[in-house]
Amino acid sequence: MSAPLIAVEDLSVTFATRGGAVRALDRVSFSVAAGERVAIVGESGSGKSVTAGAVLRILDRNAAVSGRVAFAGRDLLGIPERDMAAVRGAEIAMVFQNPRAALNPIRPVGRQIADVLARHRRAGGDAWSRAVALLREVGIPDPERRARAYPFELSGGMCQRVVIAMALACRPRLLLADEPTTGLDVTTQANVMDLMTGLASENGMAAVLITHDLALAAQYCDRIVVMHAGHVVEDAPAAVLFAHPRHPYTARLVAATPAGAGRLDELASVPGELPDLRGALLPCRYRARCERGDEACDAALPVRVTGPAHRVACWRPL
Amino acid sequence: MSAAVAPPSALSHARHVVTENPVTGLAFVLVVLIVAVAILGPSIAPYDPYASNTAVALKPPSWAHPFGTDQLGRDILSRVLVATRLDLTIAVASVAAVFALGGLAGLAAGYFGGWVDRVVMRIADTIMAFPLFVLAMGIVAALGNSVVNVVIATAIINFPLYARIARSEANVRRDAPWVEAARLAGNGEIGILARQILPNVMPIMVVQMSLTMGYAILNAAGLSFIGLGVRPPTAEWGIMVAEGAAFIVSGEWWIAFFPGLALMATVFAFNLVGDGLRDVVDPRRRT
Repeated sequence: MSAPLIAVEDLSVTFATRGGAVRALDRVSFSVAAGERVAIVGESGSGKSVTAGAVLRILDRNAAVSGRVAFAGRDLLGIPERDMAAVRGAEIAMVFQNPRAALNPIRPVGRQIADVLARHRRAGGDAWSRAVALLREVGIPDPERRARAYPFELSGGMCQRVVIAMALACRPRLLLADEPTTGLDVTTQANVMDLMTGLASENGMAAVLITHDLALAAQYCDRIVVMHAGHVVEDAPAAVLFAHPRHPYTARLVAATPAGAGRLDELASVPGELPDLRGALLPCRYRARCERGDEACDAALPVRVTGPAHRVACWRPL
Repeated sequence: MSAAVAPPSALSHARHVVTENPVTGLAFVLVVLIVAVAILGPSIAPYDPYASNTAVALKPPSWAHPFGTDQLGRDILSRVLVATRLDLTIAVASVAAVFALGGLAGLAAGYFGGWVDRVVMRIADTIMAFPLFVLAMGIVAALGNSVVNVVIATAIINFPLYARIARSEANVRRDAPWVEAARLAGNGEIGILARQILPNVMPIMVVQMSLTMGYAILNAAGLSFIGLGVRPPTAEWGIMVAEGAAFIVSGEWWIAFFPGLALMATVFAFNLVGDGLRDVVDPRRRT
């Protein structure tokens, strides 16, 4: 296998807060190959967005980040801020959760796309017509006119298409999508996801989808990284993860995914809550919620390679 | 997709605001008139504003001299018309200066926070600790009597107002998702400030500029009235009111009255236009 496009190794993030140090990420490792589609799945507060923020170095100043993020031969955590700004948008682009809020309210959307192109000098003098072409590419009807529209004049789905057009503007090698469909209704969700993954594979971009929706992740991604309380608990090809989850948490998540269940009360849930990330933590942060845990689990957490491209962090895997 | 209704253009919206509220319409016409007089000034004045003619000194308004004449026989209408340019220039220059300095300082303070914020806000607090007109008097007295110094003094006393408005507007926007998005598109902090934050803060600042225009004119005239700033025999509303004030008791009211009226109308017009502009830029009023 060739070298991955991006390799995150032992990424740890600790936030200094008034209530104590919050260990939001603990030795998170995963990698994404060129053109691969990977989902990062976990419940709220599991560290999905913090991972994206740490990779792009946009966390607040109270965050202490350690580890390595190797991207195309460079450690993104070590390069100067000026070089990092050149990476953002041009080589790694992001699609946001709330598309309307991610657009400047008083600038026409075409201008905002043209800005990205101009910033990275990708369109020569003709950023505007490139912006219109991008809007056409993301399936916005009548792009010449829509390019002059303000965000409040467009629907949520259209705004998300604009945000995707902005992200694709410089043909980045990696697309990060943080809950890109949260604010959209179900039919629009499917359209936006099809559009995004379609354009990513047409252009040979790798994509990382951050979501709490395991079904969505399985449908659109090759591989799934499951996070829990700042740990990567399992990392496996999507089909394998669904068929044979090894980590008890993943198994619970799979059971809680409304694919087969006909009624709401047939759905399983994951008992317990995420541990408080301040203060002392057990080596396995799922220990308190786990039905399989025993004394062995109190030793330092292992990472077991249990199959081709399948890793699980557990002493008592299924 | 249905043929979407074209969004109302800024121009048609502005026309709507002006026509909907007749007072704003009137103020707008008045401002256009004042600016026209300022530009045309000397060429539409019927007499030379500095030519004294003691033969017609202290004459009340008549057909030959609609605003009457002063103690030196100078035509007051001509002097009022010519003075418009100077008063307006002082106001525009000081407002532009305070917008550039106070606005940028406030923007940086609100966006960057930290020590930039502390330095800018403490400067603003220091200025606000003085009675503003007395501070303006002190500045002009210290720097010397000149038009430029009146502009500087007027700009300085308005600094806290602009810095505070720009600061609060920038501050509420610095963590907005679209600012984050701009950062993730590879923009640097200065680029975000100039291209993302500033255009958003601009409408509020423009309203403030119109409101401050009236105040700046009043301030300049006030300084001239007490003998600071512009000196006689320059045609300037404040000086003319000051010169005329001595004659009110003896019945020659028109010398002070007409420049005072011009002053009042100008301040009134700019304040009302400011209120109208607020309606234009406030999205909640955009229905």
